[in-house]
Amino acid sequence: MIKFYNKVKNYINYTVIGVFTLVFAIISLSGARIDSSSLYLFEKVSISIILAVSLSVVVGFLGELSLGHAGFMCVGAYFGGKFSVILEPVLGISVPNLLLSILVGGFVAAICGVIIGIPALRLRGDYLAIVTLAFGEIVRSIFVNTSPESFGGTLGLATPRFKKEYLFIFGFLMVLAALFVIQNFIRSKHGRAVTAIRDNEIAARATGINITKYKLLAFTISAFFAGVAGVLYSFSNTKVQGANFDYNYSIEILVMVVLGGMGNINGAIVSATLITFLNTKLPTILTGDFAVLQDLIYALILIVIVIYNNAPALKSFRARFNIGVLIRKIFRHKHNPANIRDDSANWDEIPTKIEMNEILSVDVKPQNLGSDKPSKGGKQ
Amino acid sequence: MSNVIENVLETQNLGISFGGLKAAQDVNLKIKKNQIYGLIGPNGAGKTTIFNMLTGVYKPTTGKIFLDGEEITGLSQEKINHKGIARTFQNIRLFNNMSVVRNVMVGLHYRPEFKCSVWESMFRLPGHFKSEKAMRERAKELLRIFDLETERNSLACNLPYGKQRKLEIARALATNPKLLLLDEPAAGMNPHETEDLVNTIHYIRDNFDMTILLIEHDMKFVASLCDEVTVLNFGTVLVQGETRMALRDPEVVRAYIGG
Amino acid sequence: MELFLSVLINSLSLGGRYAMIALGYTMVYGIAKMLNFAHGDIIMVGAYAIYVFIAFTNPILAIILSVITCLLFGVVIERIAYRPLRGASPLAVLITAIGVSYLLQSIALIVFKSDSKMVDVFDFGVMKFLGVTVELHTIVTLVIAIVVMTALTLFVKTTRTGRAMIAVSEDRGAAQLMGINVNKIITITFAIGSSLAALASLSFLLSSNPVSPTLGAMPGIKAFTAAVIGGIGSIPGAMLGGLLLGFVECIATKITVIAPYTDAIEFAILIIILLVRPTGFLGKKRREKV
Repeated sequence: MIKFYNKVKNYINYTVIGVFTLVFAIISLSGARIDSSSLYLFEKVSISIILAVSLSVVVGFLGELSLGHAGFMCVGAYFGGKFSVILEPVLGISVPNLLLSILVGGFVAAICGVIIGIPALRLRGDYLAIVTLAFGEIVRSIFVNTSPESFGGTLGLATPRFKKEYLFIFGFLMVLAALFVIQNFIRSKHGRAVTAIRDNEIAARATGINITKYKLLAFTISAFFAGVAGVLYSFSNTKVQGANFDYNYSIEILVMVVLGGMGNINGAIVSATLITFLNTKLPTILTGDFAVLQDLIYALILIVIVIYNNAPALKSFRARFNIGVLIRKIFRHKHNPANIRDDSANWDEIPTKIEMNEILSVDVKPQNLGSDKPSKGGKQ
Repeated sequence: MSNVIENVLETQNLGISFGGLKAAQDVNLKIKKNQIYGLIGPNGAGKTTIFNMLTGVYKPTTGKIFLDGEEITGLSQEKINHKGIARTFQNIRLFNNMSVVRNVMVGLHYRPEFKCSVWESMFRLPGHFKSEKAMRERAKELLRIFDLETERNSLACNLPYGKQRKLEIARALATNPKLLLLDEPAAGMNPHETEDLVNTIHYIRDNFDMTILLIEHDMKFVASLCDEVTVLNFGTVLVQGETRMALRDPEVVRAYIGG
Repeated sequence: MELFLSVLINSLSLGGRYAMIALGYTMVYGIAKMLNFAHGDIIMVGAYAIYVFIAFTNPILAIILSVITCLLFGVVIERIAYRPLRGASPLAVLITAIGVSYLLQSIALIVFKSDSKMVDVFDFGVMKFLGVTVELHTIVTLVIAIVVMTALTLFVKTTRTGRAMIAVSEDRGAAQLMGINVNKIITITFAIGSSLAALASLSFLLSSNPVSPTLGAMPGIKAFTAAVIGGIGSIPGAMLGGLLLGFVECIATKITVIAPYTDAIEFAILIIILLVRPTGFLGKKRREKV
């Protein structure tokens, strides 16, 4: 039973999403009408899942904070959207157009991922986070200030409208593709190298891991799929407007990843679905003054979950009351090491304690307060 | 050049200064194949600094490093590892949130026999499964030597201290080095564990055809293990030579005891 | 000449404001070793505090009350959100700080709604100086900034608490062993940083900036840029960085072609500085221990 569970566990997300897509695709294609608000919700859910899963590559597995994920999405949305506009006279609004645009959007975003990966080689932690944030803001401000003929400027870029009944199917097919690539990457020797860097960069270097390659790779894969999500977004909405890809959007994606448990892909899928659902449904339920509660709730979720999962003082509490323990209690079977497969060791936890001197990169250290003389000759 | 080749590691006038402080200077090491070589000295003598230069963490300000006659001065840490130097750390550095077997598999990452491209992994081509299976088998073999096979699926951070040290050595060996650097391998071990470690190190030297350079404070440990030692004090070489002779040298005694 | 003078005065004033905010970042970063993302939003809290208190009392008292409010916010946030995570991964601390920033903004949105509010604190009017019309509030901001920074430098260098702060920023563990109450020092740091944010908010109101829940977000990030440019952890560095950023912003907004890209330029400078000289102009390089 347990062996079977462990076997299935790795494929459970494909199965669930695949079945869901199939069922609704059949319903949709058989001519039964699904109301357009549900279709739009499906599109948004697929976009959110791709965003959350791709961000978790950097945040959960590489252990670096990216606050510019919406920036990569923005690049993908603009370039993919523009490309589909260019293709429209040739291909029309068709599947090849969609696929080519997705590739182009993802590719351009991936290039940006490489560019942002370069600072990641020198900077870590807070500094890198602020660089990614700055990147997102720069991208947005560049697109908003473009000329109307190129990318639409402040008015936004008008994109072709793909047929609503089919778009969500492609959205979920893209989710499956993203999951396939990202999970396979993570569960391979290359993903192992990425997590090794997260756990102990110094040791990873000494063990011969090519830090440059794997950091860039993680950022590139993450950015590629953010770009793909951006292209889907440009198809799902009639206009791409830079203002929508602001810092708050990046934070929203981060909330999905954190809520799902950092480094837990299935968790990210569930929380992306949940948050997107609430985002769409709450405004209709909570009207007027209650609408603003939504942000408050996200903020509280973020704070409470992170403190709960990371506070050193709660360590013994967590050990007793985590979900794994509860599940085992429910099914009343003893924890037997023989049941653990080699692959199922804990991927999902990010290190809870990093020594203070490991926080920043080799070159970056906060200076002592108050000493105003720059050190001479300290440079090696 | 012929005399260079028979030394696995040779340094010429190796030195480094931080700001104005000379942390190490004029260090000339010659380590022959299959030797167990000790680097000893009081705290702050520059032992770990030398390790850091040998492994590329620090770029030496002066001097050269040769591995098997090939100059490796100034190469990056991962390059030096690929050339054949692996190390452990004074304060253990494992991949704490990964299982024991995975820690070793990270060490196997760059071995040519387990080569598998990112594309092969991403699209689950046959090469991925083949290399993954082979790596796991090889990792298990290594763990068996260090008596860690039964714990292979527990998290590295949950191992007891002595086993963490062993795992770190196993991970270093997995990279298939020519020279293994051990930074205070016996630190914090009880006499029984230390004795065990002496046997393990001999076993590694004999069965892996390995050359070993180690830093250690435990003189009994050094005496029972090392063929030759270099004694450092304040960043300079005090005495070099056969272990028993070097340890009896009056200068060495003075450096340790003072006076 | 006139243009030059007006740009000079405006950028000095803007720079002084950034410097005051940057000080908050730099002190917290130097001592608590964390990027306090919510620092910018404390400015917003200060501005709303003045907006509320000025309805009841005279401006001077309102400003003092606003400083106290910010101070309390800073200390309480540190106690509730950051202290439990001491010793946890920096990633966790950073995400919590972002959460706090978000929380403050959404609370402000609930309490004060999204519409911008105008607050009249003082009207200093204008003055003719060498043929240039100078808005006097810029001078006031500059003076406040200079006074505050001089006081802070003296505080850190001469008082017992100040020296304890230097000790904690050098080596927290060693400071603790020497009998310094690290938690207390960190609390004091947050208190000082947040009070400075309140003064920065005053400078916003004096230049007739409307108060809105997102008032502090962008200036906060920019001030962090200033702190980085100057060398994070260094008090004079924060001043230098603030002034430099003030100049860049003033000049960029004066040139029509690049004016829309002002933010982008400032962020680009941040990225370049971090890549080329991550320790900033007055920062110190330290090695990572292996």
